[in-house]
Parts: sequence; C-alpha cells; structure tokens
Amino acid sequence: MNGKRMTRIFAVLVAGCVILCLFAGCGGGETGAGKVYYLNFKPEQKAAWEQLAKTYTDQTGVPVTVVTAASGTYEDTLSAEIVKDNPPTLFQVNGPVGLSHWKEYCYDLKDTDLYRELTSKEFALTDGDKVLGIAYVLETYGIIYNKKLLDRYFAADWSTVKRLEDINGFSALSKVAAEIQAHREALGVKGAFTSAGMTDSSDWRFKNHLANLPIYYEYEKRGIDTAEKIDGTYLDNYRQIWDLYLNNATCAPTEIGAKTGDDAVSEFRKGEAVFYQNGTWSHGEIVGDKVSDEDLGMLPLYIGAEGEENQGLCTGSENYWCVNAEARDEDIQETLKFLKWVVTSETGTRALAEEMGFSVPFKAAKKSDNPLTKAAEDMVAAGKKPVGWNFTTIPSEDWKDGVGAALLSYAQTGLTDEGWEKVKTAFVNGWATEYAKNH
Amino acid sequence: MYRSLKKWFPLFLLPTALAFLVSFVVPFLYGIFFSFCEFQTLDRFTFVGLDNFKRVLFSGQYNFWQSLGFTALFTVLSVIIINVAAFLIAYALTRNVPGRNLYRTVFFMPNLIGGIVLGYVWRTVINYGVLIPLLGKDLTYSSTFGFIGLLFVLCWQQIGYMMIIYIAGLQSVPDSILEAAKIDGASGWQTMRRVTIPMVMPSITICLFLSITNSFKLYDQNLALTGGLPAVTDEQGITHRLTQMLALCISDTYGNSARAHGTAQAMAVVFFLLVAVISLTQLMLTRRKEVQQ
Repeated sequence: MNGKRMTRIFAVLVAGCVILCLFAGCGGGETGAGKVYYLNFKPEQKAAWEQLAKTYTDQTGVPVTVVTAASGTYEDTLSAEIVKDNPPTLFQVNGPVGLSHWKEYCYDLKDTDLYRELTSKEFALTDGDKVLGIAYVLETYGIIYNKKLLDRYFAADWSTVKRLEDINGFSALSKVAAEIQAHREALGVKGAFTSAGMTDSSDWRFKNHLANLPIYYEYEKRGIDTAEKIDGTYLDNYRQIWDLYLNNATCAPTEIGAKTGDDAVSEFRKGEAVFYQNGTWSHGEIVGDKVSDEDLGMLPLYIGAEGEENQGLCTGSENYWCVNAEARDEDIQETLKFLKWVVTSETGTRALAEEMGFSVPFKAAKKSDNPLTKAAEDMVAAGKKPVGWNFTTIPSEDWKDGVGAALLSYAQTGLTDEGWEKVKTAFVNGWATEYAKNH
Repeated sequence: MYRSLKKWFPLFLLPTALAFLVSFVVPFLYGIFFSFCEFQTLDRFTFVGLDNFKRVLFSGQYNFWQSLGFTALFTVLSVIIINVAAFLIAYALTRNVPGRNLYRTVFFMPNLIGGIVLGYVWRTVINYGVLIPLLGKDLTYSSTFGFIGLLFVLCWQQIGYMMIIYIAGLQSVPDSILEAAKIDGASGWQTMRRVTIPMVMPSITICLFLSITNSFKLYDQNLALTGGLPAVTDEQGITHRLTQMLALCISDTYGNSARAHGTAQAMAVVFFLLVAVISLTQLMLTRRKEVQQ
C-alpha cells in the first residue's frame, strides 16, 4: 500500500514539474512590438556591436540583442539558437557553401533598402532570382610586408631589386625573398617570411587562403565560378610559392608542424621577418613592438601565373548577413530597419569603419582607418584586378585538412616530388570525392 | 525516521531526476532518433532509415575503421600500462617509505590539470623539448610519434588517479590476513597473488572500468596533441587521419559539412554501443573475481 501511495505522489510531482516547465517555455513567446536579435560571428567586434545596439535602442526604443558565438562555434550556436522560441532575426553565412545549408531560413532581401545600398550587386549571395545574403564587410589578404625592413633591403648594395613597384610578379618576389634570406644577418632578420605554421591556428592561411590562387586561376581559365571537379592546372605554381615560404623562412621546413599562428604574429611584430601572409583582419595583432601602422603594406600573392603583373590582392567576403525568414514579421521589419540604420546613419557607418575597422560595400560607407584596408584600396585605384575569394566554394573541411596534411608532410619529408604528388592527390581527387559526398 | 524517509524520498530525488531527464535522457533519445535522419537543425530533418549507419560502416568514405583500430590498440596498451604502473606505485607507497604522503600528492597532481591545457602544454614540451632538438621532427611527422605521445600523456595523467584508488584498496586489506599468510609460510609473491590481489579486486574492477572508458573516449588530448595528423589522401580522394581517435572522428565528421551531421550522429551511436559493450563485459568479468572478506 505504501509503495502505491509513493508512486502516486511521485507521479503527481513529476506531472506538476512538467507542467511548470511547459509554462516556463511558453513565457518566451510574447507578442507586441518587433525586436532584433543579431547572432554575431566576429568575436573581435563583440563590444563594438553591443555598443551600436545600445545606441540604436536608446534612439528608437527597439530592443536589439547581440549575441556573439565563441570562435569556431558559430554553426553549432546557430543550429541551436535558430530552433528556439526567440530565434536570431539576423545571422550570417560564410558564402555559397554556407548558404546552401541555411537557405531555407533566409528571407529574400531583394526589395530591401539594404540591398539597394550595396555598391555592387556582386556582393550579394543569390539563389535563382532571390537575394538571400548580403556581404557587410570586405576583407583582403595578401603578403603583408614590413616597409622599414623592405626599404633597408632596397638600399643595401647587395640587393638587385630596388623599388617596390618592381616586385610585380613571382620571379621578382622570389629574388627578393632569396636575397633577404641569404643576407638575413646583415638585415637583422631571422628570415624573409614568418614561419608557415601548420597547427590549426595557422594552417588555414595555406590550405585555404593560399590554395585560393590555384583555384582562382583555374576558374578564370575555365570561365566558371564553382566546380564539381578540379584539374589542378596551377598546382605547380602552388608548389612554387609554398617552396618559397618554406625555404626562406624564420624556421626550418621540418619545424612547421609545431609552429602556431601566434609564432608568426610575434615574428612579424618583432621585425624578425619581412613578409607575412595574412589579411586586413590581422591589423590589430601585428601592430606593436617594432611595427607601427606606417610600416605596413601588402603585396599580391604572386604564384607565377600568366598576366599576374595586373594581379591585385585577394578581396572578398566570408561574412554575409541573412535575415531569418522564420522570425515574426514585425521582428523581420525591425531587423531590416536596424540594418538600414547601420549602413546609412552617421553613427552606424562610423562604427563600422572606425570601431570595427571594416571596409564595407555600402554607398554611405566611411573610409576605414586600417592601413591594410588602405593598401587594398590603393591597389584597386592603381588598376590592379582583385582576386576573388573562390575558396568559399571548397567542398568541405575534409578537403582543406587533406591538402593541409599533405602540404605539411611535403615540408617534413624534404620537399620531394613524391611528397608533392600527395598534395596533388589531395587537391584533385579529394575535391571530386568531397564534392560528391556533400552534394 | 526510516518510514518518513521512504515516504518523502521521491521529493528529494526529483531535482536530480529532472536534471538527469533534461540533460541526459532527452538528448540521448534525440541523438538516437537523429542517427536515422539527415538533419540541419532540430526541426529540419528527413528520415533516411539506416543510410547513415551504412555510410559509417560500409562506405569506406569516413575514417571510422581507421580510428577504431587506432583507438583499440591505444586502449589496450594504455590500460595495461596505467594499471600496472598505478598498482606498483600504490604498492610501494603503502610500504613504510619516508615521505610517502608527499609522493602520493605529487603522483596525483597531473590529474588536476584539464585535458586540453595538458595537451597543449605537452605538445610544446614534446615538440620543442624532445623531438625537434633530437630528431628535427615534430609530433605530426609520423603516426608512431603521435601514438607514443598520446600514450605518454594519458599515462602521465591517469596513473596518479588510479594509484589513489589502489592505495585505498590496499589499505583495506586486513593486516591479520597478511600476517596469517606469512605464518603459513607464503612467499611474498604467493601472498600477492593469492591474498592481496583477490582482496583488492573491487579496486581493480573500478580502475579497469575507468581506464578503459577514459582511453576509449579520449578527445581533448587527441585534439590538442596531434589533431589527427598526419593524414594522407588516397587515390579515391578519401582523407585518412592516422592518429584520429573515435571521439575526434565523430566531431570532425560532424564539422565536415552539414550533409554529414546525421552520419556523425550514427557514428556516435555506434561508438556508444561499443563503449557500453566493452565496459559492461569487463565489469562482469572482473566482478566475478571479487571475493568477500
């Protein structure tokens, strides 16, 4: 009898709790005026976004929540947040591959002011005639150089290249790098390039960003912008520049498996290397110690492809805004108003350019203070053709990891032809397999 | 007192039961369900039957078998090394060694450092302290380096913990029995085999269970130390990560692309079954050997 009663008490308690939980769950779904919830991708700009959101709320009374996903967890956070009762009204995808996963959630932005504000329709992600994503920041990468050290090289009596303008292709770049490497003591550096670290904090610079060059030139040649299979026409060029990085660096090629992203940053900051492959986003960390804003410039990533004297820096976006089509209508409208304010108002444009240091593709944009962004703008003004970000069409993470592992093992085993064959296999065969697996 | 306890215990159990339900049972059931689906988010899924399991087990496109082999070999070796070493140290430190409490503390300390931190610290130490100066190579150079490195780090971390459990077990062996054995003329080895080991069997059970599951589920040290490298891509374009263990394989598969979420989930279910079968078998086998004092 006692047991029965106990069971009954237990059942009542469980039922009570379940009901309570249900009510608590419902509490979130209030109605009324619209609000904005932005799931931000960039931890570096967390504070700036929160500040901007607060200013907007103060001015308009519309609540704007900014949540920033921890580095490397954006997709997971988004997957979890988007099924909640109050999902993000504004989120981002990283390009066509990201869009293909999230497009069911994307509101068509074709008739919005945000889309009309874009300086070029190229910066939108489309699906058929729908506009689903809008790039809000353009980033540029290339070979960042230390002007002070490079001027010292130009002035030296042993240098053969005497002016920056003459570094306009792979052969000149490799000559400069080799001479700096040979006279590194005279120049007071440890190597021409920073260490090409292949741990996960740095390997994306090579398996992803540098791999963009052979992909870009192949796409140009074939006249395509995405591919099921890749031929690897420019892989010998990829090898050329990888060899250059390995042979003229602050460390031996056999050590790159242990080098991190921080190692390269610190080498550049301390003036131990002249060249560092990275992009506009790294400005904050490479200034300090012996490097200041005036010392920074950026060269294109020359790989020895035909016509590269007109090649510019690699400019593109991995950050596209998408508005959640499943959010409540009033929330969508408020989100669109908020975005318009961000890209057109004085406060908004100033925050984007100054607080966040972004180069933004909107008509009302202010110029960014970032010296690397300026270098990119100068390059475009000089008539150089920017290289697109085709790495956003890479079929999967496994492809990048396979290429990265092969690049590393090539470096560890003495830069042999057999080693390079493995890079080719990973690049070409891996692409086809991964594409098939994920489509 | 006892009666009112009996009457009210469900009330006190409720918070724990609820927490268990919300944070374990529900996600677990969800997980099993999603292993039969392709999914992007919790409300966007399509049922695909056994496709995910077929892909994991038979397609050869995932690193599952490779990492299972690596994990199994790793587990066998680490369980042996950890338990033998922990038992011997515990045995030594239950003798009258001067400063034995200090030693116990020192041996236990590595266990207090979190796995991921430990992994990164050891990666630096092994790379810059040993491999690069001596061989000019690093941990990612060959899978043997990675294997030994992982084995070393896990042993270093776990031996102290198991040692504490063995010490507790050894201390509970009554002196009277040991003395009786001595009077009966048992040699040191005989006492160990016939008296001490049967008496500490409960400790052996728990230590084996912990070390088997810990080794099998190892993730953070794997991620920090090698990240699965080195890797090779074969002619079919499939990338094999040579030092990837099962848990890392699941998370890498999940992160590879949105299309692979269901596949990774199926892998996790298979992984759960493996760990459950292995550890339950072990529990059954060693429990049988436990004796009453």
